[in-house]
Amino acid sequence: MERARLVPLAIAAAVVLALALGPQFLRPSSLYLVSLWAVTAIAAMGLNLTLGYAGQISMAQGAFVGIGAYATAILMQQGVPFPAAFVAAGAICFGVGWLLGYPALRVQHHYLAFVTLAFTTLVYLLLRNEQWLTNGVYGISGIQRPVLFGVSFAKSADYYYFCLGMLAIFLGAMWWMIRSPWGRAFMVLRENPVRAMSLGVDTRRYTLLAFAIGSSIGGFAGGLFAPLVQFLEPGSFSLGYSLSLLLMVIVGGSGYLLGPLVGAMVAVLLPEFLRFTQGYYLLLYAAAVMILMTFCPQGLIGMAERIAAALRRRRTTATTGTH
Amino acid sequence: MSGFIQLVVSGLATGAIYALVAVGFALLWQTSQTINFAQGEFVMVPAFFVLVAMKVWGLGYLPSIAIGLVVSALLLGAAFKGLVVEPMLRHGVLPLVISTVALAILMKESVKDFYSSQAQQFPPIVEGTDIEFLGAVVSTQSIAIFFVALGAVALLNWFLSSTLTGRAMQATAQNRAVARILGVDVDRMILYTFLINGLLTALASFLISPIYLAKFTNGETLGLAAFVAAIVGGFNHVRGAVLGGLILGVLDNLAASYVSAQYRAAVPLIVLVVVILFRPQGLLGRVEERSV
Amino acid sequence: MKYLMKSFFVAAMAMAPVAAGAQSTIYIPNLAELSGAGAVSGTNWRDGIILAVEEINAKGGILGRKLDVPHVDTQSEASIARAQIQRMIDNKAYVVLGPVFSGSVLPSMELTKQAEIPQIMGGEAAAITQRGNPYIFRTAFGQQVSMPKIANYMRDGVKAKSVAVVWVNNDFGKGGRDAFTAEMRKRNIPVVADVSTESGQVDFASDVVKVKNANADAIFVYTNEEESARFLREARKQGIRAPLIGETTLLGQKVIELAGEAANGVKGHVGLTADAPVPALQEFGEKFKKRFGYANDHNGIKGYTAVYVIKHVTEKIGKFDSKAFAAALHGMTIKPSDEPGILMEATWDKNGDIDRQSFLGEVVAGKQKIVEILPKAGL
Repeated sequence: MERARLVPLAIAAAVVLALALGPQFLRPSSLYLVSLWAVTAIAAMGLNLTLGYAGQISMAQGAFVGIGAYATAILMQQGVPFPAAFVAAGAICFGVGWLLGYPALRVQHHYLAFVTLAFTTLVYLLLRNEQWLTNGVYGISGIQRPVLFGVSFAKSADYYYFCLGMLAIFLGAMWWMIRSPWGRAFMVLRENPVRAMSLGVDTRRYTLLAFAIGSSIGGFAGGLFAPLVQFLEPGSFSLGYSLSLLLMVIVGGSGYLLGPLVGAMVAVLLPEFLRFTQGYYLLLYAAAVMILMTFCPQGLIGMAERIAAALRRRRTTATTGTH
Repeated sequence: MSGFIQLVVSGLATGAIYALVAVGFALLWQTSQTINFAQGEFVMVPAFFVLVAMKVWGLGYLPSIAIGLVVSALLLGAAFKGLVVEPMLRHGVLPLVISTVALAILMKESVKDFYSSQAQQFPPIVEGTDIEFLGAVVSTQSIAIFFVALGAVALLNWFLSSTLTGRAMQATAQNRAVARILGVDVDRMILYTFLINGLLTALASFLISPIYLAKFTNGETLGLAAFVAAIVGGFNHVRGAVLGGLILGVLDNLAASYVSAQYRAAVPLIVLVVVILFRPQGLLGRVEERSV
Repeated sequence: MKYLMKSFFVAAMAMAPVAAGAQSTIYIPNLAELSGAGAVSGTNWRDGIILAVEEINAKGGILGRKLDVPHVDTQSEASIARAQIQRMIDNKAYVVLGPVFSGSVLPSMELTKQAEIPQIMGGEAAAITQRGNPYIFRTAFGQQVSMPKIANYMRDGVKAKSVAVVWVNNDFGKGGRDAFTAEMRKRNIPVVADVSTESGQVDFASDVVKVKNANADAIFVYTNEEESARFLREARKQGIRAPLIGETTLLGQKVIELAGEAANGVKGHVGLTADAPVPALQEFGEKFKKRFGYANDHNGIKGYTAVYVIKHVTEKIGKFDSKAFAAALHGMTIKPSDEPGILMEATWDKNGDIDRQSFLGEVVAGKQKIVEILPKAGL
């Protein structure tokens, strides 16, 4: 195998191994953060499908995480076992996402951004005001970690593996999907809707599907979020969260499979390593995003690709030079 | 009935501010396809320029206001155009949206970290006394805001339609290529638009800060209100944005009274969605440019 | 490869603060809302803590050890608050300070309970101390304590036959509103208008119109400082005659400063205030203003006294023992004569609720005037 492919593979293997051995080395707080990263990355992956692959801008992904989290928590409190509640969370978000896709059939770009933005605020208001269902501003506390086939995932190390396992499953599913005819249809939709239509792609159906699947992945992420934090309040799912998920997808690299993982890492894990920045992290992050957008709107993965390509080019010229 | 009039009158005063912010927002969109997600923060920050001039350098009110206007035009107008918008235009709409979202965070955090997280008092242009009007009570401050804001918009409208530069700007907004063929200095016209937006938001800032108090979070609601007003009224129309702002101000009050206080924030958003879906050019807009 | 992995974990470990000097300092982290929706309260709380820590460290710390009090931001997010509190536990915090928002206290207090680490926090929601958690302690009245005081005042002082309630729709305002309406029901005083407002709201015209139309004998206003000020201005403008009654926030110096003349005549119950006729509180207010350049609100006092509670209890038990600390503070009364930093005598009950004197106040000519000192409730 050529060296250029060996390096990323080795890095991937090292990361996987490190994550697998995490509980041997990491303390509960770090395990929690890595779990939060995995959950956030899944949510961002859903948005990446809608935005990165199908080209539909959405400022509502945080709202879907909220719907999924509340659905899971409420159902579990009614005695529904976790797997059923989790699936229901994804299904509800699929339905709502499908409906939210309809405006996307009529308008695009900034108009679609505003429609989804309005949706996010409406969801927040519902979560806050409908106290009979969501317990309103008081939030839902005491959400239990799941028990599956008699195995409890209550300990932080166990739930850590659960979240990472889920991340692996969703990553695999995403990898498969973008290679499937569906994925190719999504991408034609993004690149050239008119061409998509002339190729016989049912653009209506695929636009709605892009929204519905992306949203349902957000809902699944919410289903993991609720037992992770074990407390839900409406404020966590206001517009700011949707915007921050959007930033993650773009910062990581929209339209790249691993983009959301990198973006979520910058947003969730990096602040921990940069704690010397104290209260200035958000400020520095914002500045860094602006600089990144100016010089490399393809995000961090896009940048890495560019650097790798440049290195390769230099190496080839260097080797030809020695000959 | 006096309650109703009170609601409308108060709503118009708030709406005039929304209009002022929305006009700048719409202007930017027309001439450079910039959707400025930091527009609310553009209104929040100028008050702090003035406060720095007054409190740190010890200047008087009027010199500080003058400094605030100049700094706003330079930073929020010229620097925003040169450093943020221009380098990004070739990348398309989305990176710019993301960048202005980040800019909003940057501005908020800067004010909080380097000035104060506390709400600050800000000197009013006119001292407020209350007067009665058709059974409703209005403060002279609100009346002043209303007329200054609408006066500024009227002046802008006159400038755009009756001066050579203004018409060149409009030509640029409508069709850049044709404007260039006609000999318009397109780049300069775009710069003017950004300067005007900087000045409008600064004016809005000075008008509202005495009432709203200057605080780093002020932009959050204002920015949203500006989007809604601009879209509802018509993105490509100064008068549309004014109408949108006034409607929004009144609607907010009526919704809180007659629909539901807990859902008051929902009503303008529902109107927004309905307008986008069924009349995307806005109430006063023309159907010449629709993004589909 | 092994090296790579190792460096990954070394980096992860670096998340923990350097343990060096552990003997000379004692780790008491503060978790506060330094950004996001709670930034104003959180900053006040933090600055109160900074002031106390500086004073104590200048005098040699507690039991010869200096206080190491890092300030960690929750971003006003429950998920972040949970992560940060877990790290404080992992790092073996002696006592945890904060947070201020009840929404962040609720997810974090389960963890401190499991780890048996006392948590002294600023939340006022009634639910916090109703779960039998032996490690949670208040620094201010819970709403289940302050609302009956206001309710009595409504009945006996104002002699209101009907009231209107204006509240801010977040966990602070909704909690207060629910507790208050329950107390009104107990006293057979009908609530004729129930007005929800938004945090950050600017135009209060419609809310005042509603209250005015309800024609209540008294109006209870329970919103944060800035919104209170705006409401007062609008109420004055529309000529509301009924007395405006509030709890702590409505009579604060900040509200008076922002609302100006419209604050005159406002009455209510005040838990903690730098304007109380208690010299220690007034001195604190001056110190705070000198150090940070702005006037503190009650959260500043809460943060300041929280640190002194740690000092007093630790010196009393004579060692750094988290479990013994929690056990000792239950049922303890701290007097300013023993510990000046406590500012006012205070008692903690078995739930972690605090009891101390409070005040009935009135704003007269732009100044808060205390008209009556209410005794301790005797929980």
